Amino acid sequence: MTFLRRRTPRALLLLLLWMPSRLVLAQDTTFKEGVRIGLVYAPGTKPGLLVLPVEGTAGDSVRAILQRDLTQGDRINVIVIEPSALPPVAVGEAKPNYPLFTKLGAAAVLQVTPNSFGIQVSVHNAGKGLVERTKAFPIPSTPLSSDWRLALHGVSDEIEQWITGVRGIAATRVLYVTGGRVWQTDSDGAGAVAITSSGTAMSPAWHPKASHFAYMTMGTTGQQIVIREIGGATRTLGTTPGGLNMTPAFSPDGNTIAYAHGAESGTDLYSTNAFGPEPARRITVGRGTDNTQPSFSPDGRRIAFTSGKNGHPEVYISDADGTSAELLTPYNFGDQSYRANPDWSPDGRLIAFEALIGGRMQVMTIGLRDRAIKQHTSEGVNEQPSWAPDGRHLVFTSTRGGTKQLWVLDVESNTVRQLTRAPSGARFGAWSPLLRSR
Amino acid sequence: MTRAARLLSLSLLALTAVSACRKKPATIPLPADVAPTPSETCDQACRDRLALDEKRRADSTAAANTARDAAARERALASTKAALAAPIYFEYDSDELSADARATLDAKLPIYRANPSLRIRVTGNTDERGSDEYNLALGQRRAAAVKRYITDQGIDGGRVEIVSFGEERPAVSELNEEAFRLNRRAEFEIIAGGDALVVPK
Repeated sequence: MTFLRRRTPRALLLLLLWMPSRLVLAQDTTFKEGVRIGLVYAPGTKPGLLVLPVEGTAGDSVRAILQRDLTQGDRINVIVIEPSALPPVAVGEAKPNYPLFTKLGAAAVLQVTPNSFGIQVSVHNAGKGLVERTKAFPIPSTPLSSDWRLALHGVSDEIEQWITGVRGIAATRVLYVTGGRVWQTDSDGAGAVAITSSGTAMSPAWHPKASHFAYMTMGTTGQQIVIREIGGATRTLGTTPGGLNMTPAFSPDGNTIAYAHGAESGTDLYSTNAFGPEPARRITVGRGTDNTQPSFSPDGRRIAFTSGKNGHPEVYISDADGTSAELLTPYNFGDQSYRANPDWSPDGRLIAFEALIGGRMQVMTIGLRDRAIKQHTSEGVNEQPSWAPDGRHLVFTSTRGGTKQLWVLDVESNTVRQLTRAPSGARFGAWSPLLRSR
Repeated sequence: MTRAARLLSLSLLALTAVSACRKKPATIPLPADVAPTPSETCDQACRDRLALDEKRRADSTAAANTARDAAARERALASTKAALAAPIYFEYDSDELSADARATLDAKLPIYRANPSLRIRVTGNTDERGSDEYNLALGQRRAAAVKRYITDQGIDGGRVEIVSFGEERPAVSELNEEAFRLNRRAEFEIIAGGDALVVPK
């Protein structure tokens, strides 16, 4: 093309007039990593997607949820057009108007058709003018129910994987604390519901299979860790009775639980069998200092944690048994910095944490390979980061809206969206692994 | 003096004495420094009234003394309770006991010693800056520092429980330096032996 433009512009013009419009609008023909269905787009850009109107009683809800999920994944540019401007295209009907869609900026067109047991989804490659992929998804029959939403979020995630090569994070939930109770909400903020009774809960943490969660309850005589099966029984972790027991974290295999226990000589990290009777084993020796907030690496061999062993809180990493501890967040001698709350990303590349910047906590990340630190927030107080399964999004607590609420951050673009609007505020967000609908 | 004049004088004297007895109503208290004395002319009824007045005065004085003593005891008890409950304050991100904090704790020690059955709970608290969870650990350290100081002064450690509430129970729910200062504290709660508190001498 460049050769033609330089040497024979008139010939190029004739060629463009001759070519089908879809070829003219295809901007790049080189293969980009992550592209799975033949869509082409430049690195750093997001492919345009247009979701056709969906028929059926809950068709508008289906379309709205899919559009929202794919937008919030931050990898696809969803082109929002009023349904009246785009009449639905039934299966077996003539081909969609691909040239029109490409002119609207759509690299892909999503067609969703209700069937007897759920929905059939087709992804059209607008540039090539063909259907790249079609699949039928079972969806529960009760529209807008919790299971119905989760199933639809799962569809969104699979579509995102088809288009970008990376599975979405819509079929996830976030635990958080409001009014002293643990709540859970869908990743889009819908379906918020309390899942513990009254009390003073803090620090919820998901089991890697999302079958259980652990949290801390605070009484008048101390704190204890409770492990609760989702929709089932609870068990109090009694390995270190009395005193302070907090910040539980499950190992990636789900068998071990690490937590902080404090008595009269500082707070140290302990670990034990999450579901067995074994005694807890101390894995840090703080000698009167505080060691809290453990977070396992994805392979379970290392942990990141907060320690005040050098006089003020910093983030350290060590082997899972507490040996080979090293300071992760650098500081200068005499520096009164404050860095805490580490969370190891699911892909193992980054650790998110909070740091005191100008008197306010801000969400930061540090690269495990190059130790490069990035500040991701600056408005209000921002703390308690927790990674989504894609290793790209974080849920965190922020006061930027006036009260403490949960927000979601895309660490690549630093864009944020509000997740909760709890009247009494929300904090301690914990993002679940990917969930499968039942 | 003539006989008639002497008789007249005696009559007047008797009359005066009788009228004086009549004019002293029992319900009117005399000034304390004007204690009545039965005169030779005061009859039994007069003396009874005087004795009754005397008893009433004594009773009143005793009641006043009792009330004064009770008030003093109440004040001492209130002062003892206030000393027991007095919080201590910490610097930012620190569990070190300042001179003021030690003085406040020292004032509690005689009370602990005078009341061997007294058991207390020390709660460690922080201001709202910093990590919510790390602040729980900091509050625990503050409560532990208080217990260490008390037990170092000879108080049995079994009488002192500690717990941390971190930043979860602020004394002042505001966001300014004074509120932060007042929230960085250890509080003291009686959990046993507080019903019959003995005031130390």
